[in-house]
This record gives sequence, structure tokens and C-alpha cells, in this order.
Amino acid sequence: MTLKNLRWLASIGVATTLVSSALAEKPTVKIDGSSTVYPLTEAVAEEFQKAKQGSINVTVGISGTGGGFKKFLRKETDISDASRPILQQEFDEARRQGIKFIELPVAFDALSVVVHPDNTWVDHLTTSELRLIWAPEAQGKITNWKQVRSTFPDQPLSLFGPGSDSGTFDYFTEVIVGKPKASRGDYMASEDDNVLVQGVSKDKGALGYFGYAYYVENRNRIKLVPIDAGKGPIEPSEDTVHNGTYSPLSRPLFIYVNAESLNRPEVAEFVEFYLDRIAELAKEVGYVPLPKDAYEKAKQRLKKRETGTIFHMHSEAGVTIEQLFQGQLHN
Amino acid sequence: MENMRQAIARRRRVDLIFHVLGAICTSVGIVTIALLLGFLIVKGANRISWEFFSSYPSRFPHKSGILPALVGSGLVMFVTSLLAIPIGIAAAIFLDEYAPRNWFSSLIELNITNLAGVPSIIYGLMALGVVVYWMGLGRSIAAAGITLALLILPIVITATREALRSIPREIREAAMAQGATRWQMVRHHLLPYSLSGIATGVIIALSRAIGETAPLITIGALSFIAFLPPAPIQSQPPFLSFEWLSSPFTVLPIQVFNWVSRPQPAFHEVAAAAAVVLIVFTLLLNSTAMILRKRARSRISW
Repeated sequence: MTLKNLRWLASIGVATTLVSSALAEKPTVKIDGSSTVYPLTEAVAEEFQKAKQGSINVTVGISGTGGGFKKFLRKETDISDASRPILQQEFDEARRQGIKFIELPVAFDALSVVVHPDNTWVDHLTTSELRLIWAPEAQGKITNWKQVRSTFPDQPLSLFGPGSDSGTFDYFTEVIVGKPKASRGDYMASEDDNVLVQGVSKDKGALGYFGYAYYVENRNRIKLVPIDAGKGPIEPSEDTVHNGTYSPLSRPLFIYVNAESLNRPEVAEFVEFYLDRIAELAKEVGYVPLPKDAYEKAKQRLKKRETGTIFHMHSEAGVTIEQLFQGQLHN
Repeated sequence: MENMRQAIARRRRVDLIFHVLGAICTSVGIVTIALLLGFLIVKGANRISWEFFSSYPSRFPHKSGILPALVGSGLVMFVTSLLAIPIGIAAAIFLDEYAPRNWFSSLIELNITNLAGVPSIIYGLMALGVVVYWMGLGRSIAAAGITLALLILPIVITATREALRSIPREIREAAMAQGATRWQMVRHHLLPYSLSGIATGVIIALSRAIGETAPLITIGALSFIAFLPPAPIQSQPPFLSFEWLSSPFTVLPIQVFNWVSRPQPAFHEVAAAAAVVLIVFTLLLNSTAMILRKRARSRISW
């Protein structure tokens, strides 16, 4: 054997490199960030490359909202996917680096609270009942459905939710418990929402929460719980998200565009394409698009290159679509 | 007499118990792998087609393919082997045949053994700081190749040293007695005799590298990439291009990870199919290693 075989191994390596087709250096749009926003950006990137017949390259990474902003603030990316608005520290860092950005809401995600399909007793939950269940004080104490509401049966309560690195977790704890990341710790946590779906579908006493897309794909295995925030029980749907009644559990998703990158035609073209096509693509990947006029406002903001965030010093909890475009932009 | 029979019977019982226990333990491993592979094949088999290998990822599961991941994995492994194999073998030869035995060489040896036990994520963090930022290679194929090369270097070194040590002392002494220099002895005797052993170690190291995800995520492998790196051979002079080294990339394990976490069950089938491809690659590499080892044993006689 010996040298001959090694040469053979090496030629496999060479052959693999030859498979790569002949492409010269091309304009590239670099995107990274939230895994929640990823399916939206992936869909747009796919269509964009098709429309441009491969003359512009688009790369999309998944580093999480925080990880994406880190790269964005090092000027490694042109666009950052974010499932929450930019944080104060990130905003300060952008200012230090002299980075101007344009904040564009692109779609809505409705956090869905779900139970096992055989759960006949829950017809809705109020936000205060959710707080009772998920607050840090509930740890080890609220362990049975009958403790949640006196009419509920004597059935052990098992909880499923995203882990603490997730933007979904940050948002849910902020609007339900009142403080980001304040949650009981004795629940089954996973960064993979499919694990949560599995868990809820196999346990009669289960209660869980995650993004709407994961409910839609698993309707036959889990049951949606309408949420009452004081105005009667509401189920998440395109209508209830648009008219603002599925509040506070619907949240906007964003892309942040580096204003300097917009001087490059490929980036400008991509972002315009994004806002043109996202309404139709969002539905395909299981998200709720913004109303039409919201996209018009977003396009206006892009056209006028209005930089800054409206979330300076206050949180996004329960923000309405109008507010996304009315607030003062901070730079 | 009676006592002795009883004692023998008792020992036989213990022997039988261990026999059964050992068989159970062995089957745990085998059954797990068989189930895992079977489950993946059942789930993903009908996704595997020519289109699957030749398409880019897509938001539609049935249109999704692994082309950029396959090319990415191939190129990264190419860079990795180009670096790890020569450096690893040379280092092993130096340590075993040239280096004087003193506290310094023992220190180096100890460090190599320890490096083999460092979790791969640490290599990723180190590479992010040193290779990506300090060396300025960016989040590129070259950076990924270097990272994985460093990761498997200790394995290559250890395997090569094992292979060298299996060669009897007399061979070395005979060569030297004929007036051969150290390099002549290594070149004409040690290397040819130990090549199968070295190749086995190298392949096992590479099959570890091909499945690595953690260090590549830290240095920034991407999830969606619908283009291929620039080809290394161009139609215009100078014909050779190394641009692909600085290209962004994705690899198979990361593509699998991405698809598994999607809500649509159809994506989970695509993930299973890609996982089957990855496992088949790894098994192929490992069985090549096994064949080489077998040949090494049967070929060499002194």
C-alpha cells in the first residue's frame, strides 16, 4: 500500500476542491443574529439570490440576538437579526464605535401557551395566573393545577419553557413576571423548541410556551390556550396580533441595518427586497406579517435613512404596531 | 474434596455472571448505534437523492440540499489534513527519534497528552482570538481548517508515536550500524514500516474532525449559504486561485443542527438524511482505518 494510498487520499481532497464551481469574488451581504428571525431572513435570502441569479452572495448565521449584535458592533456584519430591540449596552457600544443603524420591524411572533390535548379543564388562563405559575416565588410551591385555579382538578403540573439564553425567555419573563429573566428554575428547559413540543405532547399535566410557528406545525399534538390580559381570553392569530388584542404575548421581530453598509448597492437592494417580499414570505415560514401600512412606514424609514432606535431607555413589552413608528428615534 | 468442588462451582458461577454482564454491556453500545442509524435511515432515506446532494438549503424542506455543507466540510478537511498530517508526523518523529531524553522533552510530551484531552470548544475560543482576529484570517475556511488541525494534532502525534514504537529497536540499530544517518533510517525504514499505523491514526483523527461542531460555531460557521467558494483552478492565468481559503462556509454537522431545530417535521427528515450522509462518511473513514491496520499486521514480518 503505502505512498500510493496516501496519494489517493490526497487526490480525494483535491477532487473535493474541484467540485466548487468557478465564481469570482462577488459582492456579499453579511447577516447574523437571532435564531427566531433566521427563517424569515433565510427565506428572503433564498428568493433574493434567485432573483439576482447568483450575482450577489448572501450569508446568514445564527449566533442569537446578543451574539449577532456583537458581530454587528464589530462591523463584521451588514445586518443583524434581532428578536428583541437593541439593549442599552449595545446601543452605547454602537455610539462609541460611531455605528449608525436603521431599525426595521419585519414581522410578529406570537408567544403561544400550550397544554396537552387531553387537558379538558383549561379553557383559558389569565396573565396573573401565568405569573403565579412562572414567578420565581412559585419554585417548588406551585406544583399542581388545582393551586392555579380552584376549579382545576388535582393534577400535577409539569412545566416546559425555553432556556435562559433565549430571547423568547427574556420576553416572556419580562411581560408576565415583570422583570426580564425572572423565572422559576424548576421546569424542563430547552433551547430547542421541538424538545418542548415533545414534552408537552407526552404529559397530561403539561404547560409550556414557545413561538407560534412551533404550535402551527404541531396542532394535532398540542392544544393552544387563550390568554386573558383583562379584556377576555384571546387566542393568537394574525387578526389578534394585528389589532393588538393578543397582548402582551405578541412581540415584534427586527432587522438592524448598518447605515454605512447601505451605501453599498447590494445591501440597499437586499433590504428593499426584504421589505417588499417579507409580508408574503413571513406567512410561509409560520410568522405573522406586519399590516401593509407598517411595511410602507418601514420603507419610508429606510428611504429617508432614519437611523436610531425607539426603544431607548424603555422596554418593548406590549408595544403596538403604531408605536413602532411613532416613537422618537434615538441615536 | 466436597469443599473443593463447591469452590470450583462458585468460581464458575462468578465467571458465568461476568460473561453475561460483559455481553450485556457490549450490546448496549452496539444496539444503541444500530437503533440510532436505523431510526435515521427510516426517517431520512426517502430524502436522499441526487438533488439532495446538488441543492442549496431552502425554506422548503423538499428543495433543501447539502451542497454548500458538503463542499464546506470537504474543503475544511482538506486544509486540516494538509496541516495536521505533516506537522503531526514530523513532530512525532522528532520526539521519538531525535529529541534528547530530558526534562524538557518530557514536559512537551506531557503537554501533548494533556492537549488531547482539552474540550473542543476551548480550541474554538482560542481560534476565535488568535486565528480569526489576531492573525486576521476572518471567519473563513482557512481559519476553520487551522482550528481543526490544532484540535487533531495531538491525536496524530500520539498515533504516529505508537506506530514508531512498535518497530523493534534492532531495525534502528541495524540501519545505524550500516552507516545510515538518522534521517536515512527514518526515511527508508521507520516511515515505510509504520505507514499503515500512522495512516490509521490520521484517519481516526480526521473522522473526529469531520463531526466537530462546537469550535466551528465559535469561529463563525454560517447556517445559510447559497453559493460555493471560488474554485481553486481558474480558466485564466495564473490558473490557480487560493481565494476559496478566505471564503465563508458551513459544514455538515451545523447544517444538521440547524434543520433539527426547525418547527416543520419535514425539516427533521432532511436533517436525518444529512445525518445519515455524515455517519456514512465517518464509518467509511473508520473502516478504511480498520483495513489499513489489518494489512499492516499481515504484511510486515522481520
